[in-house]
Amino acid sequence: MSTTATQVLFDAPGPKGRRRILLLSILSVLVILALLVGALWQFQSNGQLDPGKWVVYLRADYIAFLWQGLWGTLKVTALAAVVAFPLGLLLALARLSRFRMLSALAAVWIEFYRGIPMLLVVYAFLLALPAFGVTFPQFWMLVIPMILVSSATTAEVFRAGINAVDRGQHEAAAAIGLSRRDAMVSVVLPQAVRLVLPSLILALVTLLKDSTLGYVVSYNELQFQGKTLVSITRYLVQTYLVVSVIYIVINFLLTRVALALDARMKARAAAS
Amino acid sequence: MDAIRENIPLLLQGIGTTVALTVLGYVFALVVGTAMAVARVSPIPPLRWAATVYVEIFRNIPLLSLLILIAFGLPDVGLRLPYFWCGVLGLTLSSAAFVCENVRSGINTVPVGHAEAARSIGLGFFGTLRHVVLPQAFRSMVQPLVNVFIGTVIGSALCSAIAVQEVTWVTQTLNIRYAQAVLMFLIAGAAYLILSLGGAALGGVIERAVSPGSGRDRSRAGAALDVTAGAQA
Repeated sequence: MSTTATQVLFDAPGPKGRRRILLLSILSVLVILALLVGALWQFQSNGQLDPGKWVVYLRADYIAFLWQGLWGTLKVTALAAVVAFPLGLLLALARLSRFRMLSALAAVWIEFYRGIPMLLVVYAFLLALPAFGVTFPQFWMLVIPMILVSSATTAEVFRAGINAVDRGQHEAAAAIGLSRRDAMVSVVLPQAVRLVLPSLILALVTLLKDSTLGYVVSYNELQFQGKTLVSITRYLVQTYLVVSVIYIVINFLLTRVALALDARMKARAAAS
Repeated sequence: MDAIRENIPLLLQGIGTTVALTVLGYVFALVVGTAMAVARVSPIPPLRWAATVYVEIFRNIPLLSLLILIAFGLPDVGLRLPYFWCGVLGLTLSSAAFVCENVRSGINTVPVGHAEAARSIGLGFFGTLRHVVLPQAFRSMVQPLVNVFIGTVIGSALCSAIAVQEVTWVTQTLNIRYAQAVLMFLIAGAAYLILSLGGAALGGVIERAVSPGSGRDRSRAGAALDVTAGAQA
């Protein structure tokens, strides 16, 4: 692996430098500990550290209740991804198309859904459409906005991937007599899809985060299930902390996979 | 149209609140994020670990979960903040994690030789960062930081879920009262599009000013494949 700037910002320290680093280390550990103790003290003095309020999350019925929410989260995320990713690819191809109309339409779709918050789209389904007599079940009021917004962001990812494939590949495909369409389908796209894989995993993380808007449409995903649990048990901080930790762990793992894939691809590109 | 005429002050207030949330959250995020990035590349191990833990927590937590935790959870542990400042705090904590990762990868784009040269003329850790590495890193960071800004604009909408009366909250409240759905969506949508496009345009101006001629290959399209900072919702 090549060295990067972050690794040469300071010399290997001498005896004096080592002493200073040790001193600063101890000092910063103390500050961090003080912050943690302060937070715990704040919890304690408000009676939130009572073990009775925490161990309940190890009870089977609590776990089953939260799992129900997590299952809902995974379901909407998976469904939204399965529809939005291919739709994003189609939008990217449309935007790169030679037909002006098609390209302009795709561009408007993409820029619109990339520029506005998903919450606004959710409200359109929750508040606006019912006024015109169009109603959806809660599940679709969450999934359809997720698909619309994600299709726009993944379209940009696919477009970047297609543009990142070397121009020579287009030329080589043309030289062996492939039509523009055949070249795109059997030469460029397979390479582009590999290039965008890490970004697609991150798009999955974004979808997972967006699924928390089930809280607004009252669909039983993890965040809303947490709200329901709070209204039953009144353990507010505890429940929302547990819920947040579940999200953080899942997203952390997915982000790690994306970064590892990206690093491997960059290393490979550098080697060849 | 009456819905607009009668409520111009309310709408303007909503737009103003959105702008305030975004700008405050983003500026604080720039400061905190840069400090975190410096901590992450510093020679002090505990600071490096703390900053890493910070980034992993706040770039992976959904913004809505964070806002709910701050707005409804903090009063339970005896800390009361107005909802507006809960929103600013949530946006700052979340965006700072992305700023940190972008600054760090910006630092990595500076050629190793520059840092070595800076050290060999006697500059220490802060001197090297402050006078040699960060000014150059900033050029490649403009575009990613614009994306963080757009993420902050879009994220500010979630503050309406914790009862901050910003433009989404105002338009949806009016929507329920007047049933003028299309109009209200146009207003809110326009406010967000103008804010993010305005931010992007300003970023473009800054980028052209700091890196004449060389910055154009890293346009918005190329940034879509950059995964170093993680996924901002």
